Amino acid sequence: MDNFKVLLVDDEDDFRETLQKRLRNRKLQVEGAENGYKALEMLQSQDFDVVILDVKMPGMDGIQTLQEIKIKKPEVEVIMLTGHASVESGIQGMQLGAFDYVMKPVPLDELLDKMRQAYERKTMRASHGG
Amino acid sequence: MADHQYKKLGFNIAMTIIIFCVSPLLILGIVLYMHFSNQYEMRMMETLRTLAENRRGALNLFFDERIAQLVTLGYTNTLEQMSNEEFLGKAFDVMQRRSRSFIDLGVIDQEGNHLAYVGPYREILKGVNYKHEEWFYAVKNTGEYVSDIFLGFRKMPHFIIAILVRGKTENWVLRATINSDVLQDIVDAAQIGKTGDAFIINRDNILQTKPRFRGEVMEPAPGPDFSKTMTFTEELLPSNGEKRLYAAVPLKSKQWVLVIGEDPKEVLAPLLRAKYIVGFLVLAGIFVISSVAVYTTRHLMQQLIISDQKKAAADELLMQSSKMAALGKMAAGIAHEINNPLAVIAEKAGWLKDLLAEEDMAHSPNLQEFQDTLNRIEYHVDRAKKVTHRLLGFARRMEPVIENVDINKVLDESVGFLENEARFLNINIQKDLDANLPIIKSDTTQLQQVFLNILNNAIDAIGRNGEINIKTKYLPRNNLVAIEIADNGPGIPKEVLSKIFDPFFTTKEVGQGTGLGLSISYGIIEKLGGNIKVASEPDQGTTFTIILPVSEPGTRAHHLAGY
Repeated sequence: MDNFKVLLVDDEDDFRETLQKRLRNRKLQVEGAENGYKALEMLQSQDFDVVILDVKMPGMDGIQTLQEIKIKKPEVEVIMLTGHASVESGIQGMQLGAFDYVMKPVPLDELLDKMRQAYERKTMRASHGG
Repeated sequence: MADHQYKKLGFNIAMTIIIFCVSPLLILGIVLYMHFSNQYEMRMMETLRTLAENRRGALNLFFDERIAQLVTLGYTNTLEQMSNEEFLGKAFDVMQRRSRSFIDLGVIDQEGNHLAYVGPYREILKGVNYKHEEWFYAVKNTGEYVSDIFLGFRKMPHFIIAILVRGKTENWVLRATINSDVLQDIVDAAQIGKTGDAFIINRDNILQTKPRFRGEVMEPAPGPDFSKTMTFTEELLPSNGEKRLYAAVPLKSKQWVLVIGEDPKEVLAPLLRAKYIVGFLVLAGIFVISSVAVYTTRHLMQQLIISDQKKAAADELLMQSSKMAALGKMAAGIAHEINNPLAVIAEKAGWLKDLLAEEDMAHSPNLQEFQDTLNRIEYHVDRAKKVTHRLLGFARRMEPVIENVDINKVLDESVGFLENEARFLNINIQKDLDANLPIIKSDTTQLQQVFLNILNNAIDAIGRNGEINIKTKYLPRNNLVAIEIADNGPGIPKEVLSKIFDPFFTTKEVGQGTGLGLSISYGIIEKLGGNIKVASEPDQGTTFTIILPVSEPGTRAHHLAGY
């Protein structure tokens, strides 16, 4: 039923891979990227509906990546994932066009809900815009 | 600064002021006095000298006149005429008309025979021969003679003036007795003031006139010996244990010395008065300077202490704020570093659970164990997550939602939450809420959290059977609202009191409290522009006082430092 495509961006391999496996187990199409550059590359080559984006990453951080995504693929919905109290960065992210932000560790069900909502908004926007 | 340091500083300042102000005053006083004293002593000496010169002149004149009278009488008459007592009496009367200085008059021939005599001692002196008297020799040799005071044949102190008249045929002597009262009068005129003295001595230091106080004529003179004085002498000499100022001057005849004595105390009285005035003025000056110095210093010290206290309070507040900021940063860092591995653990556990749910595992004999263990892992991850999220809550710089808040209502609600628990533990919550408390601009939810925190702590501190007093008050002067929450629990030890707002500080058992409640409360109240203070007495209880501004919390906490 959840037939949307998700890109998971996080530098923490253990976290990214495990979450990827779990989401795939729930029949979602999930791809992983360990940094912002890789994520942008993948977005360029494939179509994704929702991006889950860690805020704090080495090199290009979440906020920068988000800005790039919103320039290149404004239709993709982004959920920010933060590991600390940076409500500011969460709010900043939302001002920059992120769909929402969640704080680690996040229960999977909650994350799934958020992803569904994000996808819903994307489809709604596409139909309105279309 | 400690109390004794303030005292020492104050003392030093006061002493410096006093020394620097008093020294010139003292120097001025001393210099003025010395100058005045020198001048005055010079003037005094001069006055004394003038007096002595004046008296000497008068005495010299007196003697000159007497001698001149006798010379005139002697050389204008012959011995025969003068030997006639009637003639001599007439001549004596003429002399007496001019002056009462003479007592008697006698004519003595070369052989010392008393040829004629006019005067009151006729019976005694008639026919006396002076041939062997000392004065008779002297007058025959020198031509004129003034005697010392002596008793003579008449047994009365007197002195004589005698001249030798050189006649054509023979020499004879005209001798006059002088009323020593006249001499005394001339000398007495120099006895000025209450203690001034003047007298005449001869070269043997025998008094020739009666001094004012001590000594009689013909006795040795009291006081220092001036009998050998040849020229004018002024001296400050000891007499009778006291210093006296003396002037001594020989008379013309050289055989007598006029001595004038004065008590410097009396003559110097104006000087002494000046000394007292200067002394009094200096003392008064010192007193005024000292009073002003002490008063000024005390005032200064009070100001210093007040400003130091204010500074200390502000410093403390600033310290607490910066401590909170630093700890907040650290807490955020720790939370972040822990949240990432926690997230991994959670995902791994979740993945294992996912796998367990798949059918090929359903028949595993340890399925239940796996499930339980994973549940426990998830439970503890959740527990750790709560801690980190609270930490983040503490560190978060979330802007409060400002709305109209009725503090009394918020307190009522907060108490409502805890009423059942309190009743169960037999803790009586008393409310004394100010009905005129203004509605303030603040954040209801956050204040609720603070009140619940403090009330929970109070209940925990009391344990069982106790009382909590909640009081609100409006402070119109500063436009502030004060909330006081006091319990009668065991109190907080002094060494702990300064740490209770620090994060992770807890007196509760492990697992019972995070040690974040009060630090979060502190952060909230600070953000709302107020401050929170604690006072505690062991065995008496603990009182939390929260001050909140009535208007928008735009002001930062340190504006309240003076409160």
